[in-house]
Parts: sequence; structure tokens; C-alpha cells
Amino acid sequence: MDQKELGAELHSIRRLMERSAKFISLSGLSGVLAGVYALAGAGVAYGLTYKTISLFPYEDNFPSDNTLVWQLAGIGLTVLVAAIVTAVLLSSRKARIQGQQVWNPASKALLRAIAYPLVAGGLLVFIAIAHGWFALVAPVCLIFYGLALVAGSRYTYRMVEWLGIMQLALGLVAAAVPGYGLLFWSLGFGVLHIVYGIIMHVKYDRRGEA
Amino acid sequence: MLKHFDKAFENRVRLQVMAVLMANDSYDFNSLKELLDVTDGNLASHLKALEKVGYIDVHKSFVGRKTNTSYTASAIGKQAFERHLNALEELINQHRS
Repeated sequence: MDQKELGAELHSIRRLMERSAKFISLSGLSGVLAGVYALAGAGVAYGLTYKTISLFPYEDNFPSDNTLVWQLAGIGLTVLVAAIVTAVLLSSRKARIQGQQVWNPASKALLRAIAYPLVAGGLLVFIAIAHGWFALVAPVCLIFYGLALVAGSRYTYRMVEWLGIMQLALGLVAAAVPGYGLLFWSLGFGVLHIVYGIIMHVKYDRRGEA
Repeated sequence: MLKHFDKAFENRVRLQVMAVLMANDSYDFNSLKELLDVTDGNLASHLKALEKVGYIDVHKSFVGRKTNTSYTASAIGKQAFERHLNALEELINQHRS
């Protein structure tokens, strides 16, 4: 082996280590679609809650009407399920194109890492709703989702860590200025997802590799 | 320098297996096969060789009624891999200067 071959060999070994430990089939496009679903859901929620359109939806009377509360929760869940289904379908497709398995040690590690913050956050949101602590709903969603992304980023594109940190920061701001929950929720789950999805799509989806 | 080159890693598949086990806590047989794109028999014989020199540990468990075999790098395996890679790197650097 000459020097060049040795260098190439070393490089391929490093790449293999990276590739085996990271889930690189995450689809950027599914991030964009998740953002679109979130904005659509937020639009419907806004219409149900306020009836009239104002630019800064400040809400000093949190929804006291029970039907409305569960309607809003239903919208949130629908958006969540649609986003998950889309992510699974598009990532499976991308994995197939890359000749990889979707269900591999890296994706299992990724799911394990995000499961605890996501489940804990989801339960906390239900507890908050049940107690009528509506001001906590949007911040808790954003903060726990951000924590999940930071935890999961070890097992996929590093860029995901930044998305997580931004969701986390947005959640804290949302907690500091209660009343703008829907606005911050739309910024985090809608706008940030779309922006990051586009960046990931351009950077990774087309080339099909990390 | 060459004395640090590990005979166990002369084969490419063995070096690759070791690299994957360095980067992951554990890896199962089928995922390794998929990732390295090798045949069952080929992979099995290289895994056996690595197991024999004590570089990897084998864990068998049952998923339903199917056996699931997974592998982890042993402490001496990790050391050997690092030494081998460092030797490779030094050799490259030597040529460069």
C-alpha cells in the first residue's frame, strides 16, 4: 500500500465509524412538511379561538371553554401524528434510495434518546391542560421538543442540535411572556421546521449522504 | 513502526467490523452484514477470528424465537484498534515529511 491508499483507507474507516453510529436517512423534506402542518394547525386553532384576525394574538383570558380546549388539543395531536407519519414514510424512502435500513442500530439509538424527553413533555402538557395551566402548554411543548432534539442529535446530523437549542430558547421566551403561546408555537414548530427542513434538504437529501 | 500493525486487522472486513464496534456500544450481526455489504459466511468467519483473539465479545439473546447475536468491542480490542490506527497515521505522516 502506498501513502495515498493508506490515506484513503484511513478516511474510509473514519467515515464508516461515523456512518454506523448516525442515522443519515432523516428526510429534510419531512421537516418542511411538518412545519406546514404546524402552521395550518395553528391557523385553524387561531380561527377557533379568536374569530377575528389581529397581528399579535395576545390572550389575557385563557380558554375557559372546555370544548375549545379539547378541540385545540385535538388539532395539536393531529398535527403531531401527521408529522410523524410523514417523517417515517419519507425517511424510509430516503433509506431505500441510500440502500440502507430504516430500522438500524443508529435509528434505534436515536429513538431511545428522544423518547424520554418527548414522553415526559407530552405527559406534562396533558397535566397542564387538565389543571388549566394553559400558559404552560406552548413553552413545555417547545422546551421538551428542543431537549429531545439536542439529545437525539448525537445519532444523526449535528445540525439537529442547533434546531433543538433554538426550540429550547423559544420555549423559554414563550414562558417568560405568557399569552403569546400560539405565536411562539407557530414560530418553533412551523417556521423553524420549514427553514431547517429546507437547509437539510438542500444539504443532504439531494446528495443522499451525510 | 510496522510492529504496531496488528495482524488481526490485516483483513479489511475485520478492521471495518472493529471500527463499527468502536463507534457503537454494540452492533448486531444483520446490521453489520447490511452496513458492510458482505455475505453471511464471510462475516461470520471474520467475527470468529476477532472473537478468538479476544478483541470482541459475543452476546446471544432471543427476540421471540429467533436468536439475535450482537457484538461489542472488548477493552483489549479497543486498545489494539487504536494502536493500529495510530500506526497507520504515523506511517502516513512519516511519508509526508
